[in-house]
Amino acid sequence: MAAVNLLSTRGLSRNFGGMKAVQNVDLDLQQGKIRALIGPNGAGKTTLVSMLCGRIPASSGTVTFLGQDVTDMPAHKRISMGMAYTFQITSIFDDLTVFENVALAVQHRLGRAAKQLKPEVLATLERVGLETRSDQVAGDLAYGHQRLLEIAMGLGQEPKLLILDEPTQGLSDGEIDEFIALIREVSANTTVLLIEHNISVVMALADAITVLNFGEIIAEGTPEEIHANPAVQAAYLGG
Amino acid sequence: MRKSLTLHLGLIALLFALQFIAPAYHHGNLARIMVMASFAMGYNIMFGYTGLLSLGHAMFFAVGMYGMGLSATQLGLSIGPAFGVGILSALICSLIVGLLALRTIGVAFMIVTLMFSQTIFLTILYFGGITRGDEGFVIKQSTRQIFGLDLSDATTRYFAALLLFSLVLLGILWLVKSPTGRVLIAIRENEERAKMLGYDVWRHKLAAVVMSGTVSGAAGAAYGVLFGYVGASFSQVPYSIFPLLWVLLGGAGTVIGPFVGTLFMFYLIDLSSTVTDAYMLVVGVILVLLTMFARNGLMGIVRERWAKWLP
Ligand SMILES: Nc1ncnc2c1ncn2[C@@H]1O[C@H](COP(=O)(O)OP(=O)(O)O)[C@@H](O)[C@H]1O
Ligand SMILES: [Mg+2]
Repeated sequence: MAAVNLLSTRGLSRNFGGMKAVQNVDLDLQQGKIRALIGPNGAGKTTLVSMLCGRIPASSGTVTFLGQDVTDMPAHKRISMGMAYTFQITSIFDDLTVFENVALAVQHRLGRAAKQLKPEVLATLERVGLETRSDQVAGDLAYGHQRLLEIAMGLGQEPKLLILDEPTQGLSDGEIDEFIALIREVSANTTVLLIEHNISVVMALADAITVLNFGEIIAEGTPEEIHANPAVQAAYLGG
Repeated sequence: MRKSLTLHLGLIALLFALQFIAPAYHHGNLARIMVMASFAMGYNIMFGYTGLLSLGHAMFFAVGMYGMGLSATQLGLSIGPAFGVGILSALICSLIVGLLALRTIGVAFMIVTLMFSQTIFLTILYFGGITRGDEGFVIKQSTRQIFGLDLSDATTRYFAALLLFSLVLLGILWLVKSPTGRVLIAIRENEERAKMLGYDVWRHKLAAVVMSGTVSGAAGAAYGVLFGYVGASFSQVPYSIFPLLWVLLGGAGTVIGPFVGTLFMFYLIDLSSTVTDAYMLVVGVILVLLTMFARNGLMGIVRERWAKWLP
């Protein structure tokens, strides 16, 4: 069976003033796979995925999602088509309860089926282990728990494509193990794009890896191929 | 949900009972306060729940009032349909203002709403031939009749004000508990996140402006009907500031706060003016104290201390 591309980019670029944050990226995400996006700090990973989900507009190039050109589509419409983005810098509703935070993620998908809301929210919280904190104010949570809430909001959307921007930052070792198990489970019916610094998480989860450096893709392949790639070694060690 | 329904229905029941027991003076005040609280509740949809600070809400109040007043006096509509015209005028006005003003954010948004409101005031003066300009005009008692009821009669007026107040109060309670209300609050709390959960932020803000402006306009139309006077002063800056103060005082983003704030402010001015000529100073000092020590308003304190569930 030929691999189906859920999302593709062609020549995707973004400049900030004169600085080329992302240059000419051709990326294909196969349906149902976990793709890791790695690269040194400032390589342009967040900028790249922000163009995928519409948080920032592209300077040039195209983004195709579900066979449709979404380059000029506003973010909320792309999200409604089935993308979810969890923020690198935690972005939750600080003054609302944990329950309300996830309810906002779930409600959009449910539309009018309001009866389902409560059980689905609680089920989502259970997946990240926050079910006992559902009445707590989100801003009062410990940092690690806020990260888990951020992930829960992504899961609650039940997206076709889940984009996770450094999700394990600030998690304890135990929480990271649970996160790995969770993403494996999610990937059964979700395509995942994972930006990650923790190499053991990448090796445990990724079907394929894309390496970004100075805004350009310098390597792409299986975890083994990337591990052995001299250009990647140079970017990380010699950079 | 149970608790909040009890609280809000309880307030309506209390106001209903006060009609029979309140002395005539307070009875008259309460009718006025209920109409003005409806204005403040309309304001609260935008300011308290969506996080949009308007400095021009006098325009919606005035457009509702003049839409009602002019269609009654100039077109000879009876008071029911005239009231409907008032509400419709405010709806159209808020839709236009929303479409234009929402292109801006923050301070620019405040200034744009202020300017629109000023435009409405100047328009009223410009068409002085019809509007009687600054002086305004009276709606005759013979016009203020509906279903055989005389709306200028104190008791009828009280019940009419209570009806408006109850509809707005329960309507807003329903709104903030609805999925749409949840999204408005999300936009107030973190607009970027709301967008990245798939919500069309702009459309929700426009809906908030239209709901807010229409409710405020309904209050303006009701004021004209119940108190028999339509005047340009209602379109001026103080009437844009009052709802902001009432809402701040009572508690922005609480359903009951605008009423509490309106009531509190009314009697604050009323009582201090019997004690001293410098009553505005007393009011000023109390307002400063409140903003220093009770940033979330009176009902905000209640929510923090005793009733987390307060909508
Ligand atoms: N909004 C912005 N304005 C200007 N420069 C930016 C902006 N966002 C990112 N950059 C720059 O673009 C480069 C890539 O940033 P980013 O995509 O955040 O990298 P990464 O996520 O890989 O660490 C960095 O040099 C960063 O300083
Ligand atoms: Mg980043």
